[in-house]
Amino acid sequence: MAQTLLRPAQNGVMLKRRNGMALNRFSQGLFALLGLLVVYVLASAFWQNPGLFVQQVLNGLQLGFIYALIALGYTMIYGIVKLINFAHGDVFMVGAFTSFYAVATLDLHRWPAWIFPGIAEGLMMLVGTVTVILLSMLISAVLAMVMERFAYRPLRNKPRIAALITAIGVSFFIEYFGALPFVYTNNYITYPRPFEVSVYSAGMISPWIISVVWVLFTVSVVVFSWLTWLSRKGNSRSRFHVQAQTWKRHPLLQFGLLFFGFMAVVLTLTGARIETRGRVWDLSASSVTLVIMGASIVLQVILQYIVSRTRLGKAMRAAAYDKGVARLMGINVDGVITLTFALGGGLAGAAGVLYATAFRQVHHLMGLIPGLKAFVAAVVGGIGSIPGAFVGSLIMGQTEVMAAAYISTPMRDAVAFSLLIIVLLVWPQGIFGEPPAEKV
Amino acid sequence: MRQRMKPSITFLGVGLLIFVVIQALLSFGLLNNYWRGIIYWGAAITMVSLGLNLIYGFNGQFSLGQYGFYAIGAYGSADVTYRWVRGDPSALVVVLAGSLLVLGLYALVSAFLRRFYGVTVMARFTFFLLATILAFAIAVIVLVPVLGPVFTAVLGVLPTVASNQIVFLLALLGGAALAGIASFLFGIPVLELGSDYFGIATLGFTIIIKVLLDNTDTILPFPEMKGARGMIGIPQWTTWPWVFGSLLLVVLVMRNVLHSSVGRAIVSVREDERAAELVGVDVTNTKILAFVLGSIFAGLAGGIRAHDLAFLHPQSFNFIQSFNPLIIVVFGGLASMTGTLITGFFWIFLLEGFLRLFLPTGFETWRLVVYPLILLLMMLLRPEGVFGRYELPFLRREMPPLPEKDSTTVVVDTPQVAPESLTSLRMSPQVVEITQEKTV
Repeated sequence: MAQTLLRPAQNGVMLKRRNGMALNRFSQGLFALLGLLVVYVLASAFWQNPGLFVQQVLNGLQLGFIYALIALGYTMIYGIVKLINFAHGDVFMVGAFTSFYAVATLDLHRWPAWIFPGIAEGLMMLVGTVTVILLSMLISAVLAMVMERFAYRPLRNKPRIAALITAIGVSFFIEYFGALPFVYTNNYITYPRPFEVSVYSAGMISPWIISVVWVLFTVSVVVFSWLTWLSRKGNSRSRFHVQAQTWKRHPLLQFGLLFFGFMAVVLTLTGARIETRGRVWDLSASSVTLVIMGASIVLQVILQYIVSRTRLGKAMRAAAYDKGVARLMGINVDGVITLTFALGGGLAGAAGVLYATAFRQVHHLMGLIPGLKAFVAAVVGGIGSIPGAFVGSLIMGQTEVMAAAYISTPMRDAVAFSLLIIVLLVWPQGIFGEPPAEKV
Repeated sequence: MRQRMKPSITFLGVGLLIFVVIQALLSFGLLNNYWRGIIYWGAAITMVSLGLNLIYGFNGQFSLGQYGFYAIGAYGSADVTYRWVRGDPSALVVVLAGSLLVLGLYALVSAFLRRFYGVTVMARFTFFLLATILAFAIAVIVLVPVLGPVFTAVLGVLPTVASNQIVFLLALLGGAALAGIASFLFGIPVLELGSDYFGIATLGFTIIIKVLLDNTDTILPFPEMKGARGMIGIPQWTTWPWVFGSLLLVVLVMRNVLHSSVGRAIVSVREDERAAELVGVDVTNTKILAFVLGSIFAGLAGGIRAHDLAFLHPQSFNFIQSFNPLIIVVFGGLASMTGTLITGFFWIFLLEGFLRLFLPTGFETWRLVVYPLILLLMMLLRPEGVFGRYELPFLRREMPPLPEKDSTTVVVDTPQVAPESLTSLRMSPQVVEITQEKTV
């Protein structure tokens, strides 16, 4: 064994080696066949029952948008301190429980009615839900900041494993502290939604709204392509060129693209009737899906705005790039890291509210698996990259829902984590990630 | 010579003493079943942790997947004895003959792959995977009808007690071999990744194994494992000699491997992969060797644990549990076998023994709140572990003898080095330091 391990070249006779390209092609072919099999399964499922398939896609979108919010926190924290924050899923759990108490005990989602008794029901639900989400975000952000201040900061100059073990310790502490009888108890608790659910199906959404959304989406697409055209138009010294590049990344434009794009597709799907082979498939989308998509997109655009347009964002990017130099430039790196944790924690808290609203259960271990899956999504998209976290989460949500629907329901977790392993093998830096810097 | 033998005699003598004392306590019924279980469990988890220490502490690959291999070993060996007791030698044949066949095919495949250059990791993985599938297919289809009656006849000659012990030995070896094969297949592609990605991929592996175990009777063709209901009816064959013997075997194998040239290659990979490659160490093979060896230890421990409990449940192989070995290794001190040995037993004694017994009943839930806190304090106060890099004299790696006084390479400025200080320098555990990856 030592012989082969230490001196691979000295195996007696010199081997005449041939090119192994054929073997590589063979294995690629096998994996491509596997991929084709998956495509075939999905295509036949679509052919047999298009309505159900599209419904699953909608469910996958809903899940993906929740994962995106968690994954953003993971990716930001990993980008800036290179720490897999295992406790991030528990921040998510605390967010869900905060909203549970706010709704079930304090009745906070009805506060506008305390002040203005005659307020319209819809407006009250809107304001109340937003309040509940904001409260959860606040509590989660504070928790994440406390965590960073007291658990991670003292270890910043210690070996990396120390911080990782601490993260595991913090995670266990939050989970099992939550399981104590006077905190959350270790039962599954039914979650009362802060707003009433209405299910929309064909014909219930007026075509008027759908067409307005489509028009807005088209407008943003047109503006976006116009700006892209301007910014590519050769003359890089013209003032237009630079301005177009800046405007192209404007948060409002991104919001328009994402929000109206997804809304247009979902509303059209639910508004339309799909008729195939003499049967009619009515799709339905509940208001929960719409709220999740809306809230998730709004929060992500705000985050994008903070990261790309504010001083804090600039400081964050600088600290992620090189902490030592950022410190020399007068950036309070510790403060920036704390604020990064706060931002990530806030997003996780919002995700907790949305997740609980969608699945109507809260439990002290509920953060574990979604947290890990969101981390997987962040890795799939390329860790450290914000658009990557979003795209990776959408892929993750679709994979999970499709695996549950068409492969095997109990295997959904296994398929989700197999996706991680496959992506790491085929595409180690993820979709949007940068190739790891080689240090010699 | 006597000087060199002394630590071995002391170590083995103390080991024998411990063996005799506990055997006596067990024989005279002074230790009840509860404490016996605690001791066996401690030994099992110590073996898993030693394996992890080999992978993480000595080879620098951060693995969270050891409980997956532990589960494979446990379920594999349990299935062998379960079926044997019920007069069915098929599992025994498949596991043993299949593993031997796999070894043979692996030798063929690696000899084949050595004839090519430029073979990608994916292709290597594909060929080894195909070899594994082929070997087990042959074992199931061809060898079971042929060898099954042979095994039954040969072992039927012996009295039941003796044949049971032999089958138990074979089952333990088979479980360990299965874990080794799984870790080999998994390690080929995944060990190519960086440390963090490797950790996440192994975590994913643990989760996938847990999901598969939950569905052994529905998705996998093992109705006797009963899926999420837990496998019952495993013969309770683990006795103190088996436990002690396997622990001693693990310790001796690990010590001797680490003291050999392969061990130096393993440590050199941890220190600096590039430098190791430059001096001619085959980094990939070394990593795979350490990973497979560590996983074999985990598989062996699984077999021991399964035949002590006589009941296996997927929940006990949850990935939360897989943080236990990591915590033990870090607590005891990375790259310290002594630390892992002592901490492993101490951990189980403390968590499952004393705290469960001496805390009042209602406080049982507090256990899992207190121990993350201990962990956090430990990380803050002494992140290098309780034992640091201390090793018992027997487990210590001997440095090559220092050059003679008149040699030119002696430290010139201090010619009057006292002989005591020379010996102490020679006995110093390791001159090399762990490269501390800092989160700057």
